[in-house]
Amino acid sequence: MSQDIFTLVEHRDGQVTEGSFELIGKAKALAAAAGGKAVAVVLGDDLGAITAQLGGADAVIQVAGASVADFTPTAYVAAVSALLREREPALMLFTGSAEGMDSSAGLSATLGLPLAGYATDVSREGDAAVVTSQVYGGKLMAEAVLEGATALVSAIAGAFPADAGRGDGSPAVETVDAPAADVRVTFRRLIHPEAADVDITKEDILVAVGRGIGDADEIEIVEELAEALGGAVACSRPVVDAGWLPKARQVGKSGHKVKPKLYVAVGISGAPEHLEGMRDAELIVAINSDAKAPIFGVAHYGISEDLFDVVPALTELVAG
Amino acid sequence: MNIAVILKQVPDLAEELEIADSGAELDPDEISWVLNEFDDHALEEALQLKEATGGTVTAVALGGEDVADALYTALAKGADTALKVGDFETPPATHAAARTLAGVLGGRGFDLILTGVQAIDDVDGWTAPVVAGYLGVPHVSVVTHIAPADGGVTVNQEYAGGVVAELDVHTPAVLGVQAARAVPRYAPVSKVRQAMQTSTIEEVDAEAAAGTGVTVRRLFAPEAGGHAEMLSGGADAVAERLVEILKERGLVG
Repeated sequence: MSQDIFTLVEHRDGQVTEGSFELIGKAKALAAAAGGKAVAVVLGDDLGAITAQLGGADAVIQVAGASVADFTPTAYVAAVSALLREREPALMLFTGSAEGMDSSAGLSATLGLPLAGYATDVSREGDAAVVTSQVYGGKLMAEAVLEGATALVSAIAGAFPADAGRGDGSPAVETVDAPAADVRVTFRRLIHPEAADVDITKEDILVAVGRGIGDADEIEIVEELAEALGGAVACSRPVVDAGWLPKARQVGKSGHKVKPKLYVAVGISGAPEHLEGMRDAELIVAINSDAKAPIFGVAHYGISEDLFDVVPALTELVAG
Repeated sequence: MNIAVILKQVPDLAEELEIADSGAELDPDEISWVLNEFDDHALEEALQLKEATGGTVTAVALGGEDVADALYTALAKGADTALKVGDFETPPATHAAARTLAGVLGGRGFDLILTGVQAIDDVDGWTAPVVAGYLGVPHVSVVTHIAPADGGVTVNQEYAGGVVAELDVHTPAVLGVQAARAVPRYAPVSKVRQAMQTSTIEEVDAEAAAGTGVTVRRLFAPEAGGHAEMLSGGADAVAERLVEILKERGLVG
């Protein structure tokens, strides 16, 4: 086992993702403490513009070829398996996106390596990795010890500062051939969402509604508050899954990342997937009857009252 | 298509979570169990696929507290058969559970295995890719659309910002479902009772399988890195106070 710390770099439309920089920064700190290198592993077909963004890493391994031109779980697992078997880094870090989930869990099962997901922190005790993970919708943390040749860790977005992973160095770039194509999963195309009536990423004020609203007909009271405040209605994932609001209004991991001046969370418990999309809002107000809801951990002001009493009262006062 | 849907019971977050004296797990006596909400979406998607193209749906779960309820509910909703694997006092972690499930599902010739993309108690990874890894078949997580296609299925995998990738996947395969095409159907209690009287759950013996080197040694409430300043005193009072705060910041005119 080496003391190197690998990261799987994600990139889309020619840009390395924010989450990847977060991982590289953490990998650098862990590698420096152990006397190893932070190695950024990047897969793709035409990677020149991508590797140029990886100056924060100590070294770069690019797996280049047509079979990994776009993400597929089979091709990524095959390519990274070969690397892990050969190099045996102490740790490999992944994001918590679809790509990170499929890659890390596919690798752990295929190679028999320990994996922890939803990581908010990673440290080392001897050859073992110690990972703190967010569980039970963010209500509890689990501290787990990972023992194996290489510990695999999938981190939640925002767990580590991204700036620590950026840099203008010029690390050595090693090129490795991609594995042969695996026909079992093939990429067809990327589909971008259709333009929506409202772009919630551009609104200064958002009133976001969650599962606590209980019924589609009740969303009206949230719309009235948003209108009084001169903002727009956003929502958490369960509201979209229930068909109550369109996908374009969704904030969080599989929706939009927003940074409004004011974010009013109504009936939203604050699962990690939601917090990831709104925790950088300038002012966060949360209204939720459960005083222990994780949303109050990121909100500036909290109201633990019945939303059906508070929201209309607010609307009336604001509308004047 | 013949589809298996893996279902799992998870602690109900609406209830208080009590940590056991060991400090490393929840107190099993204090947990009330509910079906993992994403598994409910996986079941709905399986039933929709069956209704559109024929085939069968088998609901599968590891044996444990209240698992029979989940399986009978799946039968009441339209699953053809239900399978209970082993009997576990506390739910095994993802890799151990997946190893046991893969051992039972592998020989049964399913075209597709669906399950929820994630569960609130997943520490060591997610069921879909781990089961697939043990079976040696392809997997896709965070799936929001499944359509039958030549030799398998076409699926949408969801990324941030609502962007999706369209992937062709040969079957057999395991898919982690994020959301079904429709809101998961509801089974009235009368239909669940009827399923209990008219259907049987097939039970398969299975022993606990080994994990992969992950040991949870501590479970704890997150340290209050920050906490909201709580406004109290009734709806009208908090509304007034909040509007004052918003006015001070120029957010309300």
